[in-house]
Amino acid sequence: MTKGVDVDLENVWIRFGDFVAVREANVNIKGGEFFSFLGPSGCGKTTILRSVSGFLEPSDGKVRIGGKDMAGIGPNKRPTALIFQNLALFPLMKVWENITFSMEVKGASKAERRKRADELLDMIALPDQGDKLPSELSGGQKQRVAIARALCAEPDVLLLDEPLSALDLKLRQHMRTELREIQQRVGITFIYITHDQGEALTMSDNVAVMRAGIIDQIGTGHSVYNDPATPFVASFVGENNVFRGKIKSIDGDMALVSTNRTGELLARIATSAQGKMNVGDSAMMFIRPEACNIAEDISPAANRFTARVKHEEFEGQIYNVFLEGAEGKEIKMSLVNVGKQRQSAEDNNLTLEYMPDQAVVLPAGELASE
Amino acid sequence: MNIAQLFRDYFVKNGIGLGTFLLVAVLFWVVILIILPQLSMLDFSFRHHLPPPEMGGPKDTYTIEHYKYLVLGAPGADTSYNVVDLGVFGRTLLAAFFVTILDLILCYPLAYYLGQSKGGGFIRLLVLLLIIPYWINEILRAFAFRIIFGDSGLINEVMLTMGLISDPIDFIRANVALYAGLGYAYILLMIFPIYNVIESLDRNQIEAARDMGASWWRIHWRVVIPYAKPGISSGCTMVFMLSAGALAAPQILGGPSSLWFTQIIYQWFNTGGNWPRGAAFAVVLLVACIVIVLGMMRLFKVKIGDIGK
Repeated sequence: MTKGVDVDLENVWIRFGDFVAVREANVNIKGGEFFSFLGPSGCGKTTILRSVSGFLEPSDGKVRIGGKDMAGIGPNKRPTALIFQNLALFPLMKVWENITFSMEVKGASKAERRKRADELLDMIALPDQGDKLPSELSGGQKQRVAIARALCAEPDVLLLDEPLSALDLKLRQHMRTELREIQQRVGITFIYITHDQGEALTMSDNVAVMRAGIIDQIGTGHSVYNDPATPFVASFVGENNVFRGKIKSIDGDMALVSTNRTGELLARIATSAQGKMNVGDSAMMFIRPEACNIAEDISPAANRFTARVKHEEFEGQIYNVFLEGAEGKEIKMSLVNVGKQRQSAEDNNLTLEYMPDQAVVLPAGELASE
Repeated sequence: MNIAQLFRDYFVKNGIGLGTFLLVAVLFWVVILIILPQLSMLDFSFRHHLPPPEMGGPKDTYTIEHYKYLVLGAPGADTSYNVVDLGVFGRTLLAAFFVTILDLILCYPLAYYLGQSKGGGFIRLLVLLLIIPYWINEILRAFAFRIIFGDSGLINEVMLTMGLISDPIDFIRANVALYAGLGYAYILLMIFPIYNVIESLDRNQIEAARDMGASWWRIHWRVVIPYAKPGISSGCTMVFMLSAGALAAPQILGGPSSLWFTQIIYQWFNTGGNWPRGAAFAVVLLVACIVIVLGMMRLFKVKIGDIGK
């Protein structure tokens, strides 16, 4: 199999008339990497993918694949294969013809194509299904046929445009593992588009989080989740409780934030904001639901706060406790179900604690809308 | 499910009033307006040509003399076959076939373009421009074509002025005007079925094929045309049937030496006053057209149910 090649976006702008779909994107995707673009719908992630596959030329900037500038090279001439959101299997061709369409284009003989189709059908665990029509397959099987069809062209880069979004939850989780396995087996570069942070975090080596045409952060799943670069990333990737306030003091990479409702809270300044924040700046502080805990000791301190319990939710492996927060928002706390009696009661005040290095301070900014 | 059950479900679904109306309307249309007249024509075609007083008399028996006439000609003629009528018959079918192909070649790209561009005012304007000429009646359109293609018509005048030709070309005699007129008359019947089908074709399939390196002709050959086949065959069927059965356009635009088979039928009915012979000729034309269409559908593997889609 071919080894994956680098994909570079250099200062890429994509405009549709007055509308800027992608603003100054700079991304370096390493060969053989599983790279995801994560963002809400309409953030420009599909537009970026289309500029890599060649259906769209960037208005400005360069797209390089394997170091080669792709300007003026059409989608049929690029070493990329695209898997569409709706898969776009050809309904009137048999499964094996679908899979080997890229070989048919190059004029391969029928025997050759048949042989290759059988190999690929074995790989996707659908042997002997080659003579069916796509409509006779289940959703997951169609999914795998689409993957086989894309891999048949032996692309250097595989582009996936939310290919799992049409599947049900169980199948989606199964396909995540399968996609990751296929990627490691063939060793080519995967570029994956999704609005589902679970998909992005579980499969990717690196994730780019996008908001309204802007790439807010590029990093591993860990760094995007634990060390967000903007309030948008903090609120879009996973769940987060946000506390607005002003910086009261800074000590090294820790900051004390005074909030209107929950008092003074201590938290780590996000890497991207270190050295850039001053006392008096308006700030946002984020604490993950799973980083909160019920405080054993009631005495107030910088890493404790008190709020009134509104309601509870039992999810099986976790309890979610919702508390009254500022501006009518709820604060969510997730507790692992260890079989203990529930400890909170509705309408009671509860004191929560958290580890200050698990909370993050960022300059105030735009949040992801719910 | 048996028939009684089918009817019960039908009336439960549509209600007695609407159900009865739909049933009666469809039956009236099919039986009274289509089947019975055709059967009476079929009956006519097998009868002797008799003066009215003798109709229903002892001489009014069934015969195949009119069919024989079409094939063998008048008894005692010079040739052993009816070369003139059979020739016209063959030429008519061939010309109708040619008109159909011409319309298909013209309409497929247009229908593809209309079907694949996502709405927009420009597309609606194009469709409107296609429809507007049909507000003008058929005779007027045919005469307009005569003027355009005539000896001193627009095309000849322009080419003469530009010095492209030294003598006017007789488009009427060469049947160019006829083919153009027929092709033009049925263009919409070709465009709309194809447009309808292509409109529902997922654009991603075209992009997927392109992504896999397919050239434009291969995308059309392997993806678009197979998908559009029901539309193409229903367009072709209509254009072929109507061209072969056209009367006004051949009458007005046809060259003096070329008859259309419908004109012969018309002559037998009208000037000739020989209804049985006209009916026989018409039946032959109808059956031939149906056989050709069904044969083509089998050749291109289109099922009759697909056409309704």
